[in-house]
Amino acid sequence: MKRNVKFVQGNEACVEGALYAGLDFFAGYPITPSTEIAEHLSERLPIKGGKFIQMEDEIASMCAIIGASLTGKKVMTATSGPGFSLKQEALGYAIMAEIPCVIVNVQRGGPSTGNPTHVSQGDVNQARWGSHGDYAIVVMTASTIQDVFEVTIRAFNIAETYRTPVILLFDEIIGHMREKLILPEPGEIPLVERMRTSVKSGVDYHPYLPREDGRLPMSDFGGKHRYNVTGLFHDMWGFPSTKPEIVHGLLRHLNDKIINYAESICMYKEFELEDAEIIFISYGASARTVLHTVKNRRKAGEKVGFIELQTLWPFPYNIIRRKCANARHVIVVEMNMGQLTRTVKNAVEDHRKVFLMNRIDGLLITVSDIRNILRMLQGKGV
Amino acid sequence: MAFKDYIRERFFPHIWCPGCGHGMVLKGMLKAVEKLGIDKNNIVMVSGIGCSARITGYVDFHTLHTIHGRALAFATGVKISRPELCLIVPMGDGDALAIGGNHFIHACRRNIDITAVIMNNRIYGMTGGQYSPLSGIGKYASTAPYSTIENKFDIVKLAETAGASFVARTTTYHIREMIDILCMAISNKGFSVVEIFSQCPTYFGRKNELKTPTDMLNYFKDNTTPIGSKVKEANPELIERGVFINSSMPEYCEEYDKIVAKAKKNTEV
Ligand SMILES: Cc1ncc(C[n+]2csc(CCOP(=O)(O)OP(=O)(O)O)c2C)c(N)n1
Ligand code: SF4
Repeated sequence: MKRNVKFVQGNEACVEGALYAGLDFFAGYPITPSTEIAEHLSERLPIKGGKFIQMEDEIASMCAIIGASLTGKKVMTATSGPGFSLKQEALGYAIMAEIPCVIVNVQRGGPSTGNPTHVSQGDVNQARWGSHGDYAIVVMTASTIQDVFEVTIRAFNIAETYRTPVILLFDEIIGHMREKLILPEPGEIPLVERMRTSVKSGVDYHPYLPREDGRLPMSDFGGKHRYNVTGLFHDMWGFPSTKPEIVHGLLRHLNDKIINYAESICMYKEFELEDAEIIFISYGASARTVLHTVKNRRKAGEKVGFIELQTLWPFPYNIIRRKCANARHVIVVEMNMGQLTRTVKNAVEDHRKVFLMNRIDGLLITVSDIRNILRMLQGKGV
Repeated sequence: MAFKDYIRERFFPHIWCPGCGHGMVLKGMLKAVEKLGIDKNNIVMVSGIGCSARITGYVDFHTLHTIHGRALAFATGVKISRPELCLIVPMGDGDALAIGGNHFIHACRRNIDITAVIMNNRIYGMTGGQYSPLSGIGKYASTAPYSTIENKFDIVKLAETAGASFVARTTTYHIREMIDILCMAISNKGFSVVEIFSQCPTYFGRKNELKTPTDMLNYFKDNTTPIGSKVKEANPELIERGVFINSSMPEYCEEYDKIVAKAKKNTEV
């Protein structure tokens, strides 16, 4: 079969992935380094009869995709740091009301307007904890253009399966870098469609009564069941309630439906872990440098290994603990002040063997940066 | 269908104070829907946060109770996805014009087929009587113990300038007029704004010497007049009621359909 091969930016690969996954509706507001996603979708969506709208700000964009999702559409928005901050309240609404949606954050340097045209991974913890209240959320990332495409499709599948917002946390380098993308044929990658309720029209429908496995079959707005959706704690009809047992039950459900399935949600790649004395953990653009270095060091006979995280949240605690059990050192390579390093320290048995290798100046971590820290740990001096 | 069939009795009694105007607006809206004979399954009611916004819980439509100020943005997403549905968005004055002011003017500008009903009680009811952008100068509120010094918006002028294709004003005292106006607003193919003076006896009334709901209703009666009436000439301070704008303008979803057709045509070659 002749493959459909393209040479595209990460942002375009994200667009291709979203369209492959069945995106129907996009609302956004321009912001570097994510803007190409909106630009491409404004062209591509109407061709397939989908809808694109540029809203008045990022808050409105987030709200609009939630409204569209309720009518049964697959929806997405895309932004960067400042816009991601603005979306947090409505993101929390999507969590509370269990609305499937995908939010792309192509990270720039922060805080504030920060460094719009340079790389950073400074929103890792905001992506997990940015909205108020207790909740669980899925955050995914990628380090190659092909992976951007595939992770985007998976984000839609997870959003539909668990009725949750999913955050795609890319970074400026991945968003703007060009690489080969092989587009699979339709049907090659399985897609998850929304689970609709089988309750017949006229029968009392409980829109917020989860099944045993936490899933919540839905009825589209405009469809046969009329029900209430709210960001307040609510009963099985979606009607506001402050009854302690209802508040407790719903908060548990919102957390458990993700956390209990962490192992099946989490995606990662591993390289040469078997006998590794030093294990690197990284993700996004910095994972590219790490992979390159690890391959070279292996050739030189050094016992180094690498775990590339593609799912950052829920964090794969058990997987990291198991994989790192025999390593002497665990080095987390990230372009922030150690946002995931803290979590890795919590995951492994002995936190003293975990080190941060970072860069926070808007430039990509280099091979020599990593070589230097390796030499230090190997007692070779820098 | 009987008026009662539009209500979710299971969720009553409602949360509003005795004498609150919001229940009268609810009744007016349901009467309008009944009069127009719209199928309940085709109505989506979207609201933000506030006493007014709680309306959505009580009506038997598809209802979306969202976050403070953003109802129109949610409604825009619903409408664009399913243009055949009828969208009604009840909002408080703070919800619509303080935190939600930006979404409001942009919804007007797009002329998207949604009916915005602003229940203007000139105060933040839900949070306990703070002043709003509609309070106006010289009013008392829990955050204006020495009286307010800020000008208020003129919702009608704002909506008109921003591009809404239907703009009207009425009050809870004039319930028949309210129903007629709501019917016209809902029927308009475009963005419709209906400002309804609604009484909050608990906070606005109590702090501003309109002690009872009746005092407040009488205030609406005595201080308003139909557009272009003779009385207005003699008493220019009277506030006009009625339909200010009712014009036919390109509607957003219909225009978007043309974009879809254009995009498809361009890719055919
Ligand atoms: C982001 C945010 N800020 C503040 C609030 C608190 N709040 C709830 S309702 C409200 C104002 C309500 O006033 P209005 O919209 O005029 O409606 P009313 O209650 O008078 O009907 C405020 C400030 C909130 N819920 N969310
Ligand atoms: S506080 Fe005011 S607006 Fe709220 S329910 Fe009471 S009377 Fe109505």
